[in-house]
Amino acid sequence: MANQNQAANAAVEQPMSRSAYEDFFFEEAAMLDEWRLEEWLALFTEESVYEVPRAGAPDTADSAEDLFYIADNYFRLGHRVKRMLDKAAHAEWPRSIQSHLISNVRITGSDEKGVHVTCRFITKRAKNDVTDTYAGHHNYILRTIDGKLKILSKRTFLASDSLRDQGKVTIIL
Amino acid sequence: MPDTMVTQNKTRESSLVVDDRENGLFRVNRKAFLDEEILHMEREKIFNRCWLFLGHASELPNPNDFVTRNVGGKELIFNRDRKGEFHAFLNTCPHRGAMVERQESGNSIAFKCFYHGWAFNNNGNYATRHQKGTYPENFNHDGCANLIPVKLEQYRDFFFVNYDDGANSLDSYLADAKIIFDLIDQHGPDGMEVVGGAQKYSIRSNWKLLMENSYDGYHALDTHETYFKYLTEAIGGPAEMPKVTNVMNLKNGHASIEGDAPWGRPVAKWIPAWGENAKSEVEEIKREVVSRVGAERANRICQLGRNTGIFPNLVINDIMAITIRTFYPVEPGVMNVTAWALGVKGEKRDFRKRRLDNFLEFLGPGGFATPDDVEALESAYRGYAAYKLAPWNDISRGMSRGQGEPFKADDEEQMRCFWREWDRRMGGE
Repeated sequence: MANQNQAANAAVEQPMSRSAYEDFFFEEAAMLDEWRLEEWLALFTEESVYEVPRAGAPDTADSAEDLFYIADNYFRLGHRVKRMLDKAAHAEWPRSIQSHLISNVRITGSDEKGVHVTCRFITKRAKNDVTDTYAGHHNYILRTIDGKLKILSKRTFLASDSLRDQGKVTIIL
Repeated sequence: MPDTMVTQNKTRESSLVVDDRENGLFRVNRKAFLDEEILHMEREKIFNRCWLFLGHASELPNPNDFVTRNVGGKELIFNRDRKGEFHAFLNTCPHRGAMVERQESGNSIAFKCFYHGWAFNNNGNYATRHQKGTYPENFNHDGCANLIPVKLEQYRDFFFVNYDDGANSLDSYLADAKIIFDLIDQHGPDGMEVVGGAQKYSIRSNWKLLMENSYDGYHALDTHETYFKYLTEAIGGPAEMPKVTNVMNLKNGHASIEGDAPWGRPVAKWIPAWGENAKSEVEEIKREVVSRVGAERANRICQLGRNTGIFPNLVINDIMAITIRTFYPVEPGVMNVTAWALGVKGEKRDFRKRRLDNFLEFLGPGGFATPDDVEALESAYRGYAAYKLAPWNDISRGMSRGQGEPFKADDEEQMRCFWREWDRRMGGE
């Protein structure tokens, strides 16, 4: 019975205010802009995923069936961060200059996994005298764990039909 | 073997390629990457004459299925008609030129041009009704109003087009490279399929550098240091490139390198990161392959990987996953790349996921390795701006090995196979 009650209590995460999520995203964006990637990684848990499906893929895209650009579990995401901070990650050394803009934040639901929040983004990346623009939306699942808001899932959908303009996704969008 | 006129033991020197057999030196002039005129010649003498990869049969599983794509600079429709026959057509209306199909893929019994409404059956035949008297009675007696077909041939499930009516057969063109397709085809009992769409990206560099890079065994440990660090963690031990390798000159400019690399392979080489449950599954897959093709060939399929370049612009890398990659120059310093993942038909969800994860860890625009290749190719291209002062690329590695001593994957013989064919075709026959 105790377990059932616990499960019932964990069933649906209560959403916070929209501005609380906005603040969280703005802080996340600052971490990425400033290359504070270890801090950023600490926003995730060992069960988290970070995925970037192919440009133009629908929100339902499944990394077990479709070819993505990025489909990281926590282990790979940890290495992605380690790699980005390594001078031997040639694509990001010397480091690119980035600007992450977040807008149109909406709470779209909540369930036993957490609160589902979506936002639009524009991310600029500059390196080698070329500035690339990535635009699209992020779908998050967020949950408060031990008093801290954590990212259970971040899925990034590009509003384009290819990467012909940018060529690569070597940063966190 | 009319396509294989490469003189194997003779020094040859053209203005762009120096193939000095006596002294074991091979050089390519950097002008070959930069010059607009050379790109123009490549379009005429290479892309309009060679067999170019179009698509895989698994992309069109049903009658009336179609995909559209740009191949060798031309917009094409690759489709199956009502009877299931495969076709390739130029995706341009014979009337005034607009594309008759603008979706990437679909299923359709006909194509209709949106500009003036001309319509075509999916076997290419003109199917538009006009009022009597609008056109002459015998209009289209010469087929001028049908979709224009492109020369199409297949080897196993791989379809190629050729824009030269006089071209030799695909079979003779592929020459010894057929063994690469044969090996891939045997990964699963029911063959292979393209998995979940294409990665389409670009590289700000010359297309020939991607061909070189795709089977360059020499760059792996330097360029991909961070991937090997990851792999060391993932496999729980040192990740080293193979000591014993095999370099195959597959004729006609095709070449492949083969070896036993440290990563796991979906067919069928287990690594600890996949867990104990996966181990027995991988062993089961391997047993199936052995029972079908015998132990020796199964070992080659399961244990060894291959990076293969099919002249001029198809890469089939059967490594930690299988990628099919093709690329085409938009201009001397920009190429568009399209890459697909190939998987075993009917494999379980867990395995498909593992295959795709393996792919993404190394390959593609978000991988731990491909972006560093891209950086190297783009960096080289910037360096070539000084080609008049620094004119030559060196591709001599391993060239002076004694007679009978085999080449190694971290030699550069595979690239020399490409360049000799390139030079032959560019130099006129």
